[in-house]
Amino acid sequence: MVENRPFLNVLAHAVLILGVAVVAFPVYIAIIASTRAPFDFQSGLLPLLPGPHAVENYATMLGIGLSSSGAPPLGLMMMNSLIMALSIAIGKIAISILSAFAIVYFRFPFRTLAFWAIFITLMLPVEVRIVPTFKVVADLGMLNSYAGLSIPLMASATATFLFRQVFMTIPDELLDAARIDGAGPMKFFRDILIPLSRTNMAALFVILFIYGWNQYLWPLLVTTDSRYYTIVAGIKRMADVTDATPQWNFIMAAVVLAMLPPVLVVIFMQRLFVKGLVETEK
Amino acid sequence: MDTKRTIFRHRLLPYFLLAPQLAVTAIFFLWPAGQAVVQSFEREDAFGLKTTFVGLANYTALLSDPDYLNSLKVTVVFTVAVTLLSLVAALVLALAVDRMIKTATGYTTLLVWPYAVAPAVAGVMWWFIFNPTIGLMPYLLEQVGYHWDHSLKGTDAMILVVIAASWNQISYNFLFFVAGLQSIPASMREAAAIDGAGPAKRFWTITLPLLSPTTFFLMVVNVVYAMFSTFATIHATTQGGPAQATNILVYKVYNDGFIGLNLGSSSAQSVVLMVIVIALTVIQFAWVERRVQY
Repeated sequence: MVENRPFLNVLAHAVLILGVAVVAFPVYIAIIASTRAPFDFQSGLLPLLPGPHAVENYATMLGIGLSSSGAPPLGLMMMNSLIMALSIAIGKIAISILSAFAIVYFRFPFRTLAFWAIFITLMLPVEVRIVPTFKVVADLGMLNSYAGLSIPLMASATATFLFRQVFMTIPDELLDAARIDGAGPMKFFRDILIPLSRTNMAALFVILFIYGWNQYLWPLLVTTDSRYYTIVAGIKRMADVTDATPQWNFIMAAVVLAMLPPVLVVIFMQRLFVKGLVETEK
Repeated sequence: MDTKRTIFRHRLLPYFLLAPQLAVTAIFFLWPAGQAVVQSFEREDAFGLKTTFVGLANYTALLSDPDYLNSLKVTVVFTVAVTLLSLVAALVLALAVDRMIKTATGYTTLLVWPYAVAPAVAGVMWWFIFNPTIGLMPYLLEQVGYHWDHSLKGTDAMILVVIAASWNQISYNFLFFVAGLQSIPASMREAAAIDGAGPAKRFWTITLPLLSPTTFFLMVVNVVYAMFSTFATIHATTQGGPAQATNILVYKVYNDGFIGLNLGSSSAQSVVLMVIVIALTVIQFAWVERRVQY
């Protein structure tokens, strides 16, 4: 701030409060709707204050689910989402840190080719090659499995680049010292590289967990068995009931539960989240 | 592409280290992408028994297909609207936070969390708010004389998906704008203030030009986001309707491939999209190289 202008300060606060309100508005509505009884929506106007049915709505959804649309209990769906998000995050970090280690600390034939093969994945988001990718997974018999949900999303150039950058900033002297002490490559990797990149791994983990939890198109395609439904993809299936008005109070309870874990991660790990976001875009 | 000065000498180990990543990349990225390219030159008969090579026929069919041209137009409108709305809103919020000293972190926390909400979930929430029978917004709009119905009116549907998609993206842009603003030296703004430039003048002549690298980067990221990551937003809300008013290219690829089962056309569309992503990625990286000089 260059000079003191009280009017601008007030304006800035007003803009921010308005921004926060607009950003929070749909979530507020969702929370309100999730505490209401089904007949509250028939009056034609959405109520704006919470109702008394929160506990029973959430309990129904978590334990029983919407049987009318064939959806399993949300507890199971959230567990599936958690398994998928964790496998994607951990799997991505593991395979990218290994390949970054190979690319930075070794010189071998086809090294540049390997680098470009990884780089090109940046240019092939799953949405643009969805049909052939689905066919590959179907041919491998990976439909309706946790492997099918997570492995095809594990390759990532951004994570590899991030670790490559981290490794490039680690002084060469550390490697010299380790070699003089008789450490082989894997010992160096385990005892020096991994501890030094721990915060980067944590930051990346936060971003990848959100990425994995929020996957939509992929789980929608590879799961037809309701035991493997994830919550984000499952909500759409609940809202799509034909011949009946959607049970908005239950759907909004599902919406709130679907966003709760990643939002809590962002709020409580904001520093790591921001670090991860900025680093993965370099 | 550089390595370290000192390196390990090992013949096989690096291949073992690379194997998992390369396997996943080859099986789930390169092979399907190759399949898409091959299929885009082929036509499959109605029973999927016989495929024939048809050259560029799928591509020429695309370019003369009014539905595809419409989808292209819809994508441009949608992308421009989402990029503009989310960039401008984020910039205004970032400028406001930049004035704050004590409350900056608090406001930031309250503004960044929508990034964590899945686009599909955001779509369902906005779908509910704009629901023509019970939604809050149609009720309010009715009071000022506008009859909202996104299941019939194309423009209403477009506004709905633009709002839902932008809502998700504002927090991301906001964080990068705040970082960009903080990297502008205060001395420049102070010098301009001493020379008598008011806040508005300082914004247009100093802040905005110095922010242009961030803005350009965010523009590319937002275009990529609006074109490719909003599948869920569309699928969870309008499903491309009404009358294809929100049928963006990624949604059409899915729809023609999985629902319409027109593999040749869907593959040709995939290839077109890949070319677009490659072009955008090249632009983004060319910019990263340039940024080093700043």
